[in-house]
Amino acid sequence: MLLSNMEQVPGQRIVQHLGLVSANTIRAKHVGRDIMAGLKNIVGGEIKSYTQLLTEARNQAIERMVEEGERLGANAIINVRLSTSAVMAGAAELFAYGTAVVLEPEGQG
Amino acid sequence: MPNYWPLIFQIGLPVFLIGLGFLAGRVNEGRHRRSLLRREAMTGPVMTNLRSLPEAARAVESWLCLGTVVIASDYFKTFGASLKTLVGGRLRTLETLLDRGRREALLRLREDAREREADMVMNVRFETAIILRSKHNRPYPAAEVVAYGTAVKLAKGAA
Repeated sequence: MLLSNMEQVPGQRIVQHLGLVSANTIRAKHVGRDIMAGLKNIVGGEIKSYTQLLTEARNQAIERMVEEGERLGANAIINVRLSTSAVMAGAAELFAYGTAVVLEPEGQG
Repeated sequence: MPNYWPLIFQIGLPVFLIGLGFLAGRVNEGRHRRSLLRREAMTGPVMTNLRSLPEAARAVESWLCLGTVVIASDYFKTFGASLKTLVGGRLRTLETLLDRGRREALLRLREDAREREADMVMNVRFETAIILRSKHNRPYPAAEVVAYGTAVKLAKGAA
């Protein structure tokens, strides 16, 4: 599955639009990570455990979006957008959405 | 003699944390800044937020690339910022915090694209979210910055 956040894929032609696909995941942090983050709020700097947690969660959202695209028979998802929001204390929602399409290399058909 | 310990503790702890935040925050920020400058000077794919390739360019491959970071303010700056909200105006310390977060995310995006030998990254976008909130729903100055874009490998020789 090809993922892109552009509206056109260079070198490829869109032959079919299959509509919007999206997926979300909500993750809560656990206490151990919270204590580390509390320390980081004193000394400042990157909170690596959160970066990692959110990256994992985002990858999962993207993966689910890809699965939905596969079900529709797409070979690419274009114009992908990502968003993060804090839904409650200690939890974040990761959301990914895009347009499932069928691509074929330019100059064929 | 009255018992002064609770008073010493109540005043001493915040003062200690502010002092620790001031010193450690300075060291951390300085180190991060130097790392940013060093890595930004390195060569890598061209970063653009153009939505389509220039006419002359021909691409052979493209894929989605990400760079993320969660960055926190230190206690001293958080304290200073909360004082500043009483009088209003620019919060420079938080401006530099988010600036460092964005530069870090953009660098990670570029490093991700460089690893797979991309020539360009198109349509770069930033997403910023305040993700940490305390029990009283007061936001901690900690933000997640995501930079994402489409890495493109160009056809060699053609065009």
